[in-house]
Amino acid sequence: MSFLAIQFLTGLSGSVSLFLMSAGLTIIFGVTRVVNFAHGSLYMLGAYIGWSILTRLPHDPLWFVGGVLAAALATACIGAVIETTLLRRLYRAPELFQLLATFGVMLVIQDLTLLVWGPNDLPMPRAPWLRGSVTIFGDHFPAYDLILIAIGPTVLAALLLLLNRTRFGMLIRACTENRDLAAALGINHRILSTSVFALGAGLAGLGGALILPDSSANTQMDLAVIVEAFVVVVVGGMGSISGAFLASLMIGELQAFGIVLLPGATLVLVFVIMAAVLSVRPRGLLGDAPIPSAVSATGKPMRPVSPRIQLFGWGLVVLAATAPFWLPPYWLSVLTEILIAAAFASSLHLIMGPGGMISFGHAAWFGLGAYGSALMVRTLGAPMPLALVAAPLIAGLLAVAFGWFVVRLAGVYLAMLTLAFAQIVWATATQWTRVTGGDDGILGVWPSGPVPFFWWVLSLSVVSIWLLQRVARSPFGLVLIAARDSEARALSVGLRADRLRMVAFAVSGAAAGLAGGLFVFATGSVFPTYVGVGKSVDVLLMVLLGGINTVIGPIVGAFAYTGFYDLLLQTISMWRLALGLTIITLVLTFPDGLAGGWRRSRS
Amino acid sequence: MLTRRTVLGTAAALAAPAAGRAQPAPIRIGEINSYSAIPSFTLPYRNGWQLATEQINASGGILGRKLEVISRDDTGKPQDAVRLAGELLDEQKVDILAGGYLSNVGLALSDFAQQRKRLYIAGEPLSDALVWQKGNRYCFRLRPSTYMQAAMLVEEAAKLPAKRWVSVAPNYEYGLSTVKWFKALLSAKRPDVTFVGEQWPGLGKIDAGATAAALAEPKPDAILNVTFGPDLTNFVRQGNTRGLFENRSVVSVLTGEPEYLEPLGDETPEGWIVTGYPQAQVTTPANTAFIAAYRARFSAVPGMGSIVGYSLIQSIAAGIRRAGALDADKLIDGFSGVSFETPFGPASYRAVDHQGTLGTFVGKTALRDGKGIMVDWHYSNGAAYLPSDQEVQALRPSAG
Repeated sequence: MSFLAIQFLTGLSGSVSLFLMSAGLTIIFGVTRVVNFAHGSLYMLGAYIGWSILTRLPHDPLWFVGGVLAAALATACIGAVIETTLLRRLYRAPELFQLLATFGVMLVIQDLTLLVWGPNDLPMPRAPWLRGSVTIFGDHFPAYDLILIAIGPTVLAALLLLLNRTRFGMLIRACTENRDLAAALGINHRILSTSVFALGAGLAGLGGALILPDSSANTQMDLAVIVEAFVVVVVGGMGSISGAFLASLMIGELQAFGIVLLPGATLVLVFVIMAAVLSVRPRGLLGDAPIPSAVSATGKPMRPVSPRIQLFGWGLVVLAATAPFWLPPYWLSVLTEILIAAAFASSLHLIMGPGGMISFGHAAWFGLGAYGSALMVRTLGAPMPLALVAAPLIAGLLAVAFGWFVVRLAGVYLAMLTLAFAQIVWATATQWTRVTGGDDGILGVWPSGPVPFFWWVLSLSVVSIWLLQRVARSPFGLVLIAARDSEARALSVGLRADRLRMVAFAVSGAAAGLAGGLFVFATGSVFPTYVGVGKSVDVLLMVLLGGINTVIGPIVGAFAYTGFYDLLLQTISMWRLALGLTIITLVLTFPDGLAGGWRRSRS
Repeated sequence: MLTRRTVLGTAAALAAPAAGRAQPAPIRIGEINSYSAIPSFTLPYRNGWQLATEQINASGGILGRKLEVISRDDTGKPQDAVRLAGELLDEQKVDILAGGYLSNVGLALSDFAQQRKRLYIAGEPLSDALVWQKGNRYCFRLRPSTYMQAAMLVEEAAKLPAKRWVSVAPNYEYGLSTVKWFKALLSAKRPDVTFVGEQWPGLGKIDAGATAAALAEPKPDAILNVTFGPDLTNFVRQGNTRGLFENRSVVSVLTGEPEYLEPLGDETPEGWIVTGYPQAQVTTPANTAFIAAYRARFSAVPGMGSIVGYSLIQSIAAGIRRAGALDADKLIDGFSGVSFETPFGPASYRAVDHQGTLGTFVGKTALRDGKGIMVDWHYSNGAAYLPSDQEVQALRPSAG
């Protein structure tokens, strides 16, 4: 009994920083529609700034409160700067494009934090009053955790008061419900967006500063929390603060009790919960805000590539085919990786562009193809060509099964369900050591030689990309676009939108699986990192960077992103700062993506 | 702050030869590590290898040639490590690959080295598979493996009266492997011991309060801790406040290493049995000289990473000297069984499995002037904590 009570209270206190993070994220999303990838960085900055302030203040409770509030305020100011200098210029860009910008901000903050505060973990020495415990049913329970438990509902009440009882809150609600209408009624969207972004950033900073008595400020905390915060936002229902509160409580408690019942399940627990909730309630627990439209929704099918560009493209393919004769071996391996990335990005583009489905977990199919072909070689002794046939088959079949769940959802909910699935695949790869080798991966899967392998990659990537573009322009692709732009009209002319999307999902999954299979032979091995969140984010960035509304966007994006990343990594120690600044610059210069920007400059 | 890619031993420039004399090309080491992903370990580590490179070049280099280290950041991903290893071999024409922090990066580099038939000297990766199950003749490894660290701690743990044990370890290869060996080795020495609970928090994501409460629930006598870094700080704070460590023995891997002990500050729990590095307390001439040189160069106290970086380059220099040439087969012969000097004292690469015999310090944690330190420590020589040669050969099927 006492154990259950203690664990229950622990779950409550654990949910508080999650709630503060996700409350900020959900308000920002509601008003600005920005999926703020840098929210974890703001949380990290809150902790670091809090550390710098609190270690210089006297160690009594009043100063502690003042220091924490000061850290939150400072983070809010940083948020306001990010909004006014960067995001404000991007609100008219296609939705989710801002995600690219916030990703750049995250990279920049990572290196700046390292530069300002150094590499070591920074623990705040705990004052005696922060170390105390109270006895509950004969067990010690940290007194500070009781304070945290009280802070959660207090912040919730304050936010609800702000939203429901003040003019500012009314405006926020109006903008969350219908941005354009609010703007038409004379609401100054600019000031509102800036203040809402600052409020969200301040909440993240508050969450970061409040963990200091329990934990150190460290350089890994931004990535450790951001995904879970997204999960809370989605489970609660996007834009709903009460929903975020409920979801963070639920996840806090399930964590606290889950690790007792299934200690090994820590890696997947939250994602299984999210998948379960979304299967029952596709808009999260309390979500009633309108689901944002999909990424592109231009209402027009993509223009086919002009004959001249097609000719140019085939010319490049021919030129690439001769590369082994004039390109040094290392650059050949970089080109190999870029080609695989282009095939991977093109597969995502099919479901994101014509399909209108965002995926935050596309690495799942890449990884399934990779593991599939590596296992074919290592356990069955299959030759490479057979393994490369198996890769798209395995990934495609599983994509069909998963597509059945996913196509009923829309927008960011759908994206988060794909993330949940990718995380489940990742956890399986990590923990099913007997088959997958766990973290140590599967090694020694090399092709017979780098030059013949390069031709394999070139021909299979080109065929795959060509087929994906054929699919997008085929009657199937056109009705897919119809279902994206108006599901109701598509239904009324007898099109089954869900089936169309399922097929698109399967084709895309199979193509991603092929890219994964090729990647195994390019690196000679497969590891759980091939299925990790980072891989899914990479491919998403390529598609967004290239431009979602163009056919050649993903190819341009893959070349630019992979090539630039590889180059920076080998030349500069602060590559994150450089990559982040480059992404921000590109985003500001080409708000339609690289390929879109080029097309616009010509017309 | 954008440093150029080539980080030369600056001493090479200081000890410039007389003008006009032809300078033989330097011996190039291609070094790869997780600089951006794990800066708290890898930045002291970089200082360590820079110091060793400078010292070697100041005393005339190797085989009459300077040593040059070309360093790359693998971002914590094995696929990036493999690509950069290709760049180092094909573009930078390095003679030997070295480095690694994460086990999977080490394994990927080892496999790549075998594919390209070039030497790879792993510094930090602790996975047993690196020299055993997936060991190959091109790969050598410096640090004591998870098996060795577990064996060193089991020696002390077996002396404890504790019978009921629980474990907490990060949920990935390193944690799984350490717990597996600790259980097996302790059970062999103490058949009366039982393991009554285990916790597997995700790396960097420990829910410390809930984990501490769940560990206390089966009323254990002793705890094995494998968490480190930020997770360890959270775990210790919650454990202290909740009284988890009261009247219980704790055995903890790596916690005595300065990188992980320092953040615990005045909350360092006393009496934990740990592996680590007691820094200036070790007054052997080798360690004292190392600390003095390190301080003079970087105005900082070395961490465990510094030891690894320094010893890695020293071991490579010794191996090349013994080989007398730079082709892979001669190098393998040269490195197999080579002795080299480290701040911890002499060590060598075993011929049987290419594992380094560098040891580590085993001792207890204590609190002095608000800081955690190691007391009652002794040096455990790695050579004494390895299975017999027959067992090792059976564990090393693919090495030939």
